[in-house]
Amino acid sequence: MSAPIIQTHELTKKYGNFTAVDRLNLSVHAGEVFGLLGPNGAGKTTTILMLLGLTEPTSGSVHVLGLDPSRQPLKVKSRVGYMPDQVGFYDELTAYENLAYIARLNSIAGDQIKKRIDEALARVGLEQVARKRVGTFSRGMRQRLGVAEVLIKQPQLIIMDEPTSGLDPEASHELLDMIRSLKEEGITLLLSSHLLHQVQAVCDRVGLFSHGKMVLEGAVDELAQQVLGGAYRIQISADGAQSEILKALKNVPGLAHIRAVNSRLYEMEAARDLRPEAAQAVLSAGGRLYKLDVQAQSLDDIYTAYFKEVEHDASRVPTAS
Amino acid sequence: MTQAVSQPQVKRQAQGVAARRVREGSPWTGMWAVVAKEMADHLSSVRMAILEALIVLTAIGTMYVATQDIQQRISRDEFLYLRLFTNARDPLPAFIGLLAFFIPLVAIALGFDSVNGEFNRRTMPRILAQPIYRDALLLGKFLAGLFTLALVCTAVWLLIFGMGVLRLGVAPGGEEVGRALLFLLATIFFGGIWLALAMVFSILFRQPATAALASIAAWLFFIVFWGMIAGLLAQALSPIRFGFAEEYIAQANLQLALGRFSPNTLYAETMVALLRPEIRSLGILMPSQMEGAILGAPLPLSESLVLIWPQLTGLIAGTIVLFALAYVLFQRQEIRP
Ligand SMILES: Nc1ncnc2c1ncn2[C@@H]1O[C@H](COP(=O)(O)OP(=O)(O)O)[C@@H](O)[C@H]1O
Ligand SMILES: [Mg+2]
Repeated sequence: MSAPIIQTHELTKKYGNFTAVDRLNLSVHAGEVFGLLGPNGAGKTTTILMLLGLTEPTSGSVHVLGLDPSRQPLKVKSRVGYMPDQVGFYDELTAYENLAYIARLNSIAGDQIKKRIDEALARVGLEQVARKRVGTFSRGMRQRLGVAEVLIKQPQLIIMDEPTSGLDPEASHELLDMIRSLKEEGITLLLSSHLLHQVQAVCDRVGLFSHGKMVLEGAVDELAQQVLGGAYRIQISADGAQSEILKALKNVPGLAHIRAVNSRLYEMEAARDLRPEAAQAVLSAGGRLYKLDVQAQSLDDIYTAYFKEVEHDASRVPTAS
Repeated sequence: MTQAVSQPQVKRQAQGVAARRVREGSPWTGMWAVVAKEMADHLSSVRMAILEALIVLTAIGTMYVATQDIQQRISRDEFLYLRLFTNARDPLPAFIGLLAFFIPLVAIALGFDSVNGEFNRRTMPRILAQPIYRDALLLGKFLAGLFTLALVCTAVWLLIFGMGVLRLGVAPGGEEVGRALLFLLATIFFGGIWLALAMVFSILFRQPATAALASIAAWLFFIVFWGMIAGLLAQALSPIRFGFAEEYIAQANLQLALGRFSPNTLYAETMVALLRPEIRSLGILMPSQMEGAILGAPLPLSESLVLIWPQLTGLIAGTIVLFALAYVLFQRQEIRP
């Protein structure tokens, strides 16, 4: 296997006594979309700034594309596209002029500049407004212009900080589609977000951040398995004797958890899609089946469940001692 | 024994510093892109257009008055063109007086939002994520300001000489042109000091309005108060006890030396020595008894240059020191507010 695109080892950032990022070990591989998730203040932006050499780590090491961002920042920054959490442009300049400045800062040859900008703007659907002042752009258009800017340097790795925050549902949908198409081109992506369900859809793997630590890491299914005991949540709507039905469902092999939501509705969590087995169980218990539904677990559930567990553990410690 | 212990330690520390300092690639990569962008901004901004219009109007107005005066003594004076700069007639002061007033304002206008403006528009993280060092960004911004200033001043100089040719009907002499060019250089660096100071404030303060106010306060301080303070300090540090002439001279010299901490004084002295070849000394006769220093034959340019060499280098050094301060502050600044 090739070397990871991003690798950090015990990466730590302290602001005074406050530890913003705590001994982070992260690796992201080529072609992957990795989601850095966690609530505000968890340390996502700080991590990203260290990956780009924009903030010096207090200790630990970072390698991005095999380079050290504090020693070789120019090389790293010419290969990595970065979209900050609040993208700002020069409002008095046009979209084209804004991108032309970035192209020049990247030492792109003069005769290439126009071609690259036109391509990038077309890619994000802003070719019609290329000569309009950015001051007139909506939030969604600015965000797309941010993506176009990142594309100008034809990066191997793209890092986006909170790409969908502040966007309306349609604009964030468009952005997520853009992210998917970038992944299809083989570009490695690192996204950060506090909106778990939005990035869940595009990420191959995620790392959940809390208070500077990455507390969970893996594919969403794996995490669901690990934290909730099952990657699938099955909802069953059935009439009949509740105790009988519950007993039959409990005997289904592969079940992680079952509960009755109300007299007609049951919810089970499982590692596999157990709908056929569940249907059989209901029928065998003399129940009448109305509906069977399955959903992949959401990251929000995983996150909430994980922290409930952690808090639970934490609150147990003082009573034991 | 202690040496044997401490030496490797020192060495290790030095290596540590060196390892941290080593950065690959030229620190000036991308600087000219910054210069081009910033200059285009300056030249198209309304703020600069207003100041440029003011300076040009000033130049035309003072020139008009000056040429009227000078036309009467064309045959008698060998430095007609320099008189264009220095001649004053009520109600207008001489062009140089207005220039000393306007240049700091223009320079401050060019610099007061150069860094905090990027933070406020949230463009700073985006720009610094490009393959460019902070060094190049800051120097690029500074040079763009300095070049803009140079452009404005050069245009005004050409205007003055053009009007001179039209209204006086004689061509300027080589020595006059040389003096005017040196004066142009001094003017640009005088602006450089204020530009660098405004940039320091634009790094220190997140609000451009605060930075502008702080710069203007510094400017007023040197214009209004520094002369007084220099006088008071000289009296306190070099008091007159017995009334000897030496005591008076020492005090006056001290006051003069203190006064030179103000860029305005340095500029005024440079201006006087360059534009009035008759001036032979910038000693204690200066500046209150300036007229008294005229002792006949004008100095050649080379000797005037020797006279103001410390002032000229002082202006340049001041610019460099303030820029270095801005550099250090900017390097340490967190990318997030
Ligand atoms: N310059 C700074 N000085 C002190 N604390 C900071 C600074 N920047 C960020 N922090 C703190 O570091 C923590 C992590 O911040 P951040 O990385 O922005 O979190 P996230 O991006 O996950 O919301 C926050 O608690 C924030 O207050
Ligand atoms: Mg953040």
